[in-house]
Amino acid sequence: MRGRTDWRREAGPFLALIGLPLAWFLLLILVPLGAVWALSFAINTGVASIEVTGTLANYARTLEPTYLGILLKSLALAGLATLVSLGLGFPVALAIAFAPPPWRTPLLVAVTLPFWTNLLIRTYALMAVLRDEGLVNRVVAALAPDLAPLPLLYHDVAVVVGLVYVHLPFMVLPIFAALDRMDRSLIEASLDLGAGPLATIRHVVLPLAGPGIRAGVLLTFVPALGSYLVPDLLGGPGSQMIANVIERQFRRADDWPFGAALAFVLVYLTLLALALLAPRRPAARA
Amino acid sequence: MRGDPLDYGRCWPLRLLLAATLAFLYLPLVVLVAFSFNAGRRVTVWRGFSLEWYERLVRNPELLAALGNSLVVASFATLLSLLLGTLAALALWRFRFPGRIGLERGLALPILVPEICLGVAFLVFFARVVPWPTGLPWPLSLGAIVLAHTSFLFPFVAILVRARLESFNPELEEAARDLGAGTWRALQDVVLPHLKPALLASALLAFTLSLDDFVITFFTAGPDTVTFPVKVYAMVRFSVTPEVNAVSTLLLALTALLAWVGVRLQARLGGRPS
Amino acid sequence: MSALIEIEGVTKRFGAIVAVDDVTLNIAEGEFFALLGPSGCGKTTLLRLLAGFETPNVGRIRIDGRDQTRVPPHRRPVNMVFQSYALFPHLSVRGNVEYGLKVAGVPPAERRRRVDEVLALVQLEGLADRMPDQLSGGQRQRVALARALVKRPRVVLLDEPLSALDAKLREELRFELSRLQHHLGLTFVMVTHDQDEALALATRCAVMHRGALVQVGTPAELYEFPASRLVAEFIGAVNLFEGRVITDAPDHAVIDLPGEGIRAWLDHGTGLPGVPRLWLAVRPEKMELHKRAGGRPAPRMEGTPPGHNVLAGTIREIAYLGSESVFDVELETGRRVRVIRPNLTHWDQEDFGRDEPVWLGWHAEAAVVLAR
Repeated sequence: MRGRTDWRREAGPFLALIGLPLAWFLLLILVPLGAVWALSFAINTGVASIEVTGTLANYARTLEPTYLGILLKSLALAGLATLVSLGLGFPVALAIAFAPPPWRTPLLVAVTLPFWTNLLIRTYALMAVLRDEGLVNRVVAALAPDLAPLPLLYHDVAVVVGLVYVHLPFMVLPIFAALDRMDRSLIEASLDLGAGPLATIRHVVLPLAGPGIRAGVLLTFVPALGSYLVPDLLGGPGSQMIANVIERQFRRADDWPFGAALAFVLVYLTLLALALLAPRRPAARA
Repeated sequence: MRGDPLDYGRCWPLRLLLAATLAFLYLPLVVLVAFSFNAGRRVTVWRGFSLEWYERLVRNPELLAALGNSLVVASFATLLSLLLGTLAALALWRFRFPGRIGLERGLALPILVPEICLGVAFLVFFARVVPWPTGLPWPLSLGAIVLAHTSFLFPFVAILVRARLESFNPELEEAARDLGAGTWRALQDVVLPHLKPALLASALLAFTLSLDDFVITFFTAGPDTVTFPVKVYAMVRFSVTPEVNAVSTLLLALTALLAWVGVRLQARLGGRPS
Repeated sequence: MSALIEIEGVTKRFGAIVAVDDVTLNIAEGEFFALLGPSGCGKTTLLRLLAGFETPNVGRIRIDGRDQTRVPPHRRPVNMVFQSYALFPHLSVRGNVEYGLKVAGVPPAERRRRVDEVLALVQLEGLADRMPDQLSGGQRQRVALARALVKRPRVVLLDEPLSALDAKLREELRFELSRLQHHLGLTFVMVTHDQDEALALATRCAVMHRGALVQVGTPAELYEFPASRLVAEFIGAVNLFEGRVITDAPDHAVIDLPGEGIRAWLDHGTGLPGVPRLWLAVRPEKMELHKRAGGRPAPRMEGTPPGHNVLAGTIREIAYLGSESVFDVELETGRRVRVIRPNLTHWDQEDFGRDEPVWLGWHAEAAVVLAR
């Protein structure tokens, strides 16, 4: 019975609350995004002039083999990074959720803390460790002096490692939350009914952590797909992702309309991933 | 058979994996910090403890200016997004109006849309739609960056505040009204105190995200309005030097300090559950 | 009695749901009035209409002769004790109680005096500086009450005031509420789904069902003379027998109960001329048990001719509750009747046993006839 007040009943307070954020939303969120959307249907008519003609040529160009290849590669790299994060994140979340209680919070904080540190710095730190003269190769050189330095940077694998490094907390947190919420007596019930620890994970823990896993996959895949810094700094010339191509169109190639079309292809892919993975909400609240 | 059913945490392969993951997450950062104190030019061979690189930083006016820019942008963007986000959350929570669902979904856009797309959106906006005047005196010259940051930050604030409002007992507001407080007075006396922890968390998140942001700023910043991450990016692209390590260590320390202050304040507020 | 609260033809709809359906009700100054009914019957909405949290679709509400229908809650001369108590978690006990006076601009010295006064009244002296989360349930209840009383409202509204407390505390606070209301001479309007609470506290009750008032009266009127099966069944337990009128004179009536194969004798007329089908209601404690074993004849019930108001049955279940025992008796038709018998001595509970044949009976003035 108690619900939201109809705005007409308290029009003054309502307008005072909504006015500023609504204006900001329209002018500084919708208009900029709308402008890019409009640009994606435009053509370059001169050095600095662009005309919105409604053309679909920019979108057609995104399907050319070069760009389609980059799109598919971005999906593959982000997907692979998500899979690795899941493979790593689930056991880690499990280990934290079932750690002795005094350890739980510090461990969780330890996994989350990198999220609060600068993305650029984290990428740089990884780069410094993986370089030819980096720590890993120095350890390798000490163990096997005859070996040439391992090429750990500037290729697809480095990008995947970087994406996992950067996004792992996003995978661990929601899975941990789901496991933490789970009623422990369910596990006891499963063991009581004769399932071993692994069978219990498969038949009880995994299904119950399902929503958390979904959320983790979403929170990892979506930002990974749109990554700019990681492929830029860790990838080679062949491991560029969509974001890098978009940046090039806007800042170097000066082909804004095509860049806009690529940007919106990325937006559509993101929204598609959301639609597929977003948690189903229970029926809308009154 | 195992004795304690909840023993997953004591199973050694799991523990090993946890330890390895933490090492994976922290080792690069530890190395980074350590080599910022290295005496040598190289970032891989230890030559002894030195503050040489920090001294160089202090004498690097461009870097200091970039740091100043970042702090100013983060402060203004945090204040603005706290205001806008709280107002939006209150309106969405309190009122029924046409387009409410649409606005709620729309506010999620800056969070969902990839950063690169927001970045080009603000590039286009400030270049074509509302050309941002160049040559403004500092700090007005940072205006475009502040606006762009606020746009992607205030939805985060709105979400955090909105989530906090869900746990608000509406009877409290009714009690205040019943005891003679009007709509505003009740908001101020009863709802805002309830929001304190969320406002603190929002401020912390907004400040950190603003300080961290590279991609959006990269597209909005001009040659005179370089922020800290943009400057560091230029240095990183150019070379891996101990100077970058020193800069990064400073930023890590700043972040850690912020997090610590936040946790302390949160604990103080959290002492009084509602 | 002049009416302090006048509710005139009030209807409140939420979408397609009619929460309050054309309610007209007057409540006099100094009454302790209870709105009673199952959850979802609209009683809480009616209370919220009085407080001003809802506005009626139709009808008017006057308090003290002034129209309050569209007056917002903070301008009404009423204060409420909320079901969750709604104590402000960030304010101390004093801060909570003081809040209403502060908003009204009462100067600090007077605020202090009045808060101390009302805290003494609810026996919370010494706890003024505690925070709400440092209080027990009963103490919170008292703070909520003090907060509502301190503004000296014309009406105090109570939303299920005792429902969050355990049984023992509830009884204690029941007396406390009653004492306060009597002592202050204030008008209380209370919502409750607990019939015991309503009967114990209220000077008058209204029973609500599906948004409408079903019966308004003193607790005794509602219990002894329910107007319908609904009220009879909601307030207390009742045995109902379907019947039709044989004789309907001013000083007595005879009802045929075909289901039971007997006739019932009443010491008054039905007052329901021309109603072919009605129900006879007898409360369990107004039923008597008599021995039937060994072919003992049916007893003659007080005020009735022989053979009336007596049924044969067999005891199937016994619940010994200490102060009384509840018997579940199976009639020859197979239907079950409930009888309550007080345990007046130590040994009364041994009088009857399980599966014992008994006669059931009631006095001529123990039953009520109901048309609905």
